[in-house]
Amino acid sequence: MTKRKLNGKSIFVFLCTTPALILFLVFMLYPVINVFRMSLYKWGGYSDTRTFVGLNNFKILLKDERFIRSAQNSILLITLVTIITITLALTFAAVLVRSKIKGKGFFRIIFYIPNILSVVVIAAIFSAVYDPTRGILTGITSLFTGGDPVLWLGERKLAIYSIGIAMIWQAVGYYMVMYMAGMSSVPESIYEASSIEGAGGIKQFFLITLPLIWENVRTTLTFYIISNINISFLIVRALTGGGPDGATHVFLSYMYDQAYTNSSYGYGMAIGVIVFLFSFLLSLIINLITKREIITE
Amino acid sequence: MKNQNNHSIYKVFIYTALITFALCVIIPVAWVIMASFKENSEFYNSPWVLPKGFHFQNFADAWKKANMGVYFLNSFIVTVMSIAILLIVAIPASYALSRFDFHGKKFINMLFLSGLFINVSYIVVPIFLMVVDIGDIIGSQVLLNNRFVLSLIYAATALPFSVYLLSGYMRTIPKAYEEAAMIDGCGYSKTMIRVILPMTKPGILTVILFNSLAFWNEYIISLTFMSDDTKKTLPVGLMNLMKAQNAAAEYGRLYAGLVIVMLPTLILYMIVQKKLLSGMNVGGIKG
Repeated sequence: MTKRKLNGKSIFVFLCTTPALILFLVFMLYPVINVFRMSLYKWGGYSDTRTFVGLNNFKILLKDERFIRSAQNSILLITLVTIITITLALTFAAVLVRSKIKGKGFFRIIFYIPNILSVVVIAAIFSAVYDPTRGILTGITSLFTGGDPVLWLGERKLAIYSIGIAMIWQAVGYYMVMYMAGMSSVPESIYEASSIEGAGGIKQFFLITLPLIWENVRTTLTFYIISNINISFLIVRALTGGGPDGATHVFLSYMYDQAYTNSSYGYGMAIGVIVFLFSFLLSLIINLITKREIITE
Repeated sequence: MKNQNNHSIYKVFIYTALITFALCVIIPVAWVIMASFKENSEFYNSPWVLPKGFHFQNFADAWKKANMGVYFLNSFIVTVMSIAILLIVAIPASYALSRFDFHGKKFINMLFLSGLFINVSYIVVPIFLMVVDIGDIIGSQVLLNNRFVLSLIYAATALPFSVYLLSGYMRTIPKAYEEAAMIDGCGYSKTMIRVILPMTKPGILTVILFNSLAFWNEYIISLTFMSDDTKKTLPVGLMNLMKAQNAAAEYGRLYAGLVIVMLPTLILYMIVQKKLLSGMNVGGIKG
């Protein structure tokens, strides 16, 4: 009797987990393994021209100027966009949770809107914003430049910053809502106690709010590195396609171009491996240097 | 007195910052909606002039001539199918992982957890090549330009997060409910469907909400797998419109297409924003 029951349980567990496992193994794990495997091959467009070349793809990669430029762009975006986004999100969250402000709910709803839009929609909106002749910004910038249109996406040096602005626009609301959730769980009594001691709003933010939600900030920071690399790719792919002349290529957009458009699959996957290792290491480092003693209420 | 002054300066500063950012969000979105009603000739005037009237022809053009109607249907089918596959696969798996002790459970849990860190952008090309290889073996590329295959891939990519969220939710349900059902003679699957499923509803709703937005908006997998014009989804169709605009200067049609992609998500958001924004506490982080 017990044995039959045990069997019934095992069969049930097996039937429950197998479909999920199969989907996961076929469409997630196996492709991940393949990224690493393919990076060791010279792999042209047709399936029968794969030759094992060891680490040769990586050797070429280190001398590839276009890859180095895309790496510079990515690192610039990771640093700049992360700092600005997280600072803005923390500030807005603190203000909306702590200050007596009218329309809190309204601001929260509006700020979150970019997050529900497709990246393609965001790209189309920003190509309307940046359009040098009919763009939304044109009226404003011509006041400063005396009528000369600013080529937001056409000028090589400026274009990557224009991408960065779109990324900040997209992400601030999401992180703000995350931080608001953390901040609203900080008990009011702590703030009251420090108010009696005469601490103002800004002092309270640095002495109470930030330390108490620090674990929250750390986790978002770690995840944001991964997300930043991904979103920058999606926006670049839809907005500039890496142009003008490769000036806005980032890590993964260069990978996608090499692998899918240029059919150098092996080389593309070598880029993927490097980027993956880079993002993993960076997340680890950030996780370590932001480590503080956990403060509980 | 001085303190009061400081305080009001602080207030003004806060409101200015908040309103500025709110305008940064609202103005571009409102502008493209406004532009979708403009006639083509109106785009040569200042971008700030309001449209002369409601030029609905843009929407008809986008829907028919630019194929957005077909893409809309594809997006709808793919989103619904992906959600269905995801729920059918993720709910039993989450239930087994949260409620039963079995051999290899720890390993499976770890697999799905590590899946949270796998970014689809890295693996879209290997998935594509794998599907092409399978096509070579079976002798025809029916798996490309296939809405079911696209839905399978979408469901697979959403699996780690959904299992993580749902099994976390199921762990909070007291075991007494199942024990009672078992005593009443319910089998395992009956217990899951009759007892656990209704109690997990809020978690399931969160999964449906976040993922239907993600699937509707997704474009890089769709761009890679759906090259056939009759099978494309809305975001990829919008990318085509953006490219075509450079050549043909059909601005009204472009912005109408953009509104067609954006509007369903905006409407859904307006209906469920409370649930969505509070769901982020349950769901935690998703890049």
